[in-house]
Amino acid sequence: MADTVKNAAETPDVVQPWADLGLNPDEYARIRDILKRRPTASELAMYSVMWSEHCSYKSSKVHLRKFGELDQNTPRGPMLAGIGENAGVVDIGHGYAVTFKMESHNHPSYVEPYQGAATGVGGIVRDILAMGARPIGVMDPLRFGPIDGPDTPRVVEGIVAGVGGYGNCLGLPNIGGEVMFDRTYAGNPLVNALCVGVLKHEDLHLAHATGVGNQVILYGAATGGDGIGGVSVLASETFTEGGPTKRPSVQVGDPFMEKLLIECTLELFAEKLVVGIQDLGGGGLSCSTSELASAGDGGMRVELDRVPLRDPSLSPEEILMSESQERMMAVVEPGQVERFMEICRKWDVQATVVGEVTDDDRLVITWHGEVVVDVIPETVAADGPVYQRPYAYPAWMDRVHANDANKLPRDNSPVAITNQLLRLVAAPNLCDKSWVTRQYDRFVRGNSVLAQPEDAGMLRIDPKTNLGIALSTDCNSRMAYLNPYLGAQHALLEAYRNVAVTGAQPVAITDCLNFGSPEDPAIMWQFVEAILGLKDGCAALGLPVTGGNVSFYNQTGDTAILPTPTVGMLGVMDDVTLRIRSGFAETGDEVWLLGETREEMSGTVWADVFHNGHLGGMPPVLDFEHEQRLAAALQQAATQQTLSSAHDLADGGLAQALFESCQQGGFGVEVTLPQGAEPTVALFSESAGRVLVTVRAGASAALTALAKEHRLPLTRLGTVTAGGADATFRVAGLVDLPLSRLREAWQATLPAAMA
Amino acid sequence: MIPRIGVVTFPGSLDDSDALRAVELAGLKPVPLWHGTDSVQGVDAVILPGGFSYGDYLRCGAIARFSPVMSEIIKRADAGMPLLGICNGFQILCEAHLLPGALTRNAGRTFVCTEQRLRVESIDTVWTNTYTPGQEITIVLKSGEGNYVADEETLRRIEGENQVVFRYVGNPNGSARDIAGVTNERGNVVGLMPHPEHNVEDLTGNTDGKPFFTSVQAFLARALG
Repeated sequence: MADTVKNAAETPDVVQPWADLGLNPDEYARIRDILKRRPTASELAMYSVMWSEHCSYKSSKVHLRKFGELDQNTPRGPMLAGIGENAGVVDIGHGYAVTFKMESHNHPSYVEPYQGAATGVGGIVRDILAMGARPIGVMDPLRFGPIDGPDTPRVVEGIVAGVGGYGNCLGLPNIGGEVMFDRTYAGNPLVNALCVGVLKHEDLHLAHATGVGNQVILYGAATGGDGIGGVSVLASETFTEGGPTKRPSVQVGDPFMEKLLIECTLELFAEKLVVGIQDLGGGGLSCSTSELASAGDGGMRVELDRVPLRDPSLSPEEILMSESQERMMAVVEPGQVERFMEICRKWDVQATVVGEVTDDDRLVITWHGEVVVDVIPETVAADGPVYQRPYAYPAWMDRVHANDANKLPRDNSPVAITNQLLRLVAAPNLCDKSWVTRQYDRFVRGNSVLAQPEDAGMLRIDPKTNLGIALSTDCNSRMAYLNPYLGAQHALLEAYRNVAVTGAQPVAITDCLNFGSPEDPAIMWQFVEAILGLKDGCAALGLPVTGGNVSFYNQTGDTAILPTPTVGMLGVMDDVTLRIRSGFAETGDEVWLLGETREEMSGTVWADVFHNGHLGGMPPVLDFEHEQRLAAALQQAATQQTLSSAHDLADGGLAQALFESCQQGGFGVEVTLPQGAEPTVALFSESAGRVLVTVRAGASAALTALAKEHRLPLTRLGTVTAGGADATFRVAGLVDLPLSRLREAWQATLPAAMA
Repeated sequence: MIPRIGVVTFPGSLDDSDALRAVELAGLKPVPLWHGTDSVQGVDAVILPGGFSYGDYLRCGAIARFSPVMSEIIKRADAGMPLLGICNGFQILCEAHLLPGALTRNAGRTFVCTEQRLRVESIDTVWTNTYTPGQEITIVLKSGEGNYVADEETLRRIEGENQVVFRYVGNPNGSARDIAGVTNERGNVVGLMPHPEHNVEDLTGNTDGKPFFTSVQAFLARALG
């Protein structure tokens, strides 16, 4: 028998499992205070879910508000929807808008890698769909434990197969992302999933329940017992070593159902049958009902016993907490319900009227006629606890900073440089990732102008005008560890540069902030610093933050992950046929470097690989004005078709960038390091703000004029040499290797580790 | 008259919009067909596109093969209508016994997405007559169950009858005799795992897939007069 509101009022002293649901004593007391009685079992379930860290952002809210202080205009005009909606929406011109967002699905992906990753993709795709947009692409930044860790192959294989298995089946091209390894991610892999969608301005939909008498329709998959407590139990707690596995809290995905849901929903939008819409993700029905009701102009009444179930034994509180996938909730005018149902039938999607919008301000949920929830929806959805978690600069950072990698020994002999180059390209974080990307469809929908291994993905939006978008996701978490403020800005600028090298104009960001436990003041300090860094960086670049996601508790025992503030950058490309590629294009092309190389070895792959995982010192310096001039120059170069290739320098420095640009088309290269440059610094330093570019032989005048106009340091490095089996990688006086040797080393790492 | 090419959308079809675009780029008239009707709207040829029809549940193509639209398509294909199955469409054609053999899990167990080198083995079909024999082309391959299998007798027969249309150069999935695509005895039904509809524009790859569409155009120009 269900715990009704009447029963709750009559039995105030019943002991409730609030602690097991992740609530602390103060939070439970506050719920009793709000309701002026004890909550029913169903109400307790709803509050526990919605007040969880994952849904309420209770530890991060006070800091995330800083993003709201940024100018809410992109370089292309006002944002059409911003933070607080399912996803931000950006105007890109010609009547088109783009919505994009990144979310984490970290904890479930460790417990059950395949389903965790799969449902991570599914969730973010529904967020984009709920804005009224057609999802058109995905990207997945992934972080794993050490490549030779005993559990790493299980986690990598499962997560990669899950991302591919779900995304491929939806028909969404996977156009980029990241794959990184570090020992701190053992037991805490990161699955960040970005989805981008496109819509016409007039098709924008928001999650509001408005219009008294309008019907509330639940459609999609039936509700099962999977994922109960996913956000409160899994995403909001630290794993304990040797603790019980939490597999029942992981959702199970059905991408075929999601594909039907996408096409069905887009047809519902096209016929203008939807007043308000919300996807069911973390928090399930608790979240969708309370958020729709609190954002609307009335209340909502829901008959919970009408919800189609996969498991008829579920109790009302379990139904409210279930995170079964592939479900949406729509608010529909009564006269449109019949047509709504007809379209759902066409797509074999089950749809059920479960409630209606009411004229009071309450969310009332009944179970076989008895009231089991009677709350003011805002108290559930919006008025969750807000914590000012203590944060403090950790004293150990002084030791980290003092341990400067510039002081490490450097062997500049040709033999040493050659050997280091061979080991560098084979390092886990620089090696060939096609073992992963071969499992993702990057071609479907036929608009993938650029995809991995390019610096950014690029999609054509409008075949008539060739309008398109570019996207990149980036984070160098080693830099973020050395200095979270600068590290977050490194992530921001790398993403900015990756979009800019294609010729696109960066316009807005989303973020996915992955950190350890917010209850540790040192971790909280990392988080606060990263947010400040992002906010100041965005202000300098004139870009808004359109939305994002916070994932805390990424730690096992006392070991937190490296702070990982991942940035997703959106760019606009007015004519995708003018895009610049990152691979060398032709023998004889001149190779040049834009930007300045400094002695900045801290946080580099070089320090990591050749100095036993060294991580100390300060990240390379950043210059926002230089980065903006660089981006402007690259946009101009695309328009004027000045460059035959452009490739961002990032992890691994010039050496890695040169190799990657050779490798793509199988070309060789012959470069001479600048007079007086120290080889280790010139090749392996990771100074920011640099781009490797090529021009056709003898066509450098336009490039030198461009560099002069935008006040960019420009250095001639050498020439692209013949491709094919005899292609060679030459650095005058230092390195003379067949490209094939480098390629073999680069390709061997990941397959060997996964075998 | 511009030939009308139908592209069927099953629940779970993914590359239907790509196939429609490729048809249009070739100067043919694209006609979307819905799996749940029994009419093919008088089209001159049909493409079954890639995807995961019915989520690949039971077996790839096993459920789609019984969609209402398929009985009319099978009837017309038996009467000579050009019919092309791409990836999941190939799997459906094998399930419908319009083509010999079957597709099973890749030998490497994982999904494979790559720009795959192919050799054109037969131009004696409705869909390949503008290629040259032995020509090598690069076409997108993306599938988890592309491993072509057939019993020895069938393999011998289709080799003998010139029914192997494409072979992989560097076998990516364990297919018997490197077979990437086959045709029926008459040459009007072709199925292959790679995706020619993804190779029709230089902007997004190359144009090695275009001859599929010029081939059917050439055939229909002769047939329709």
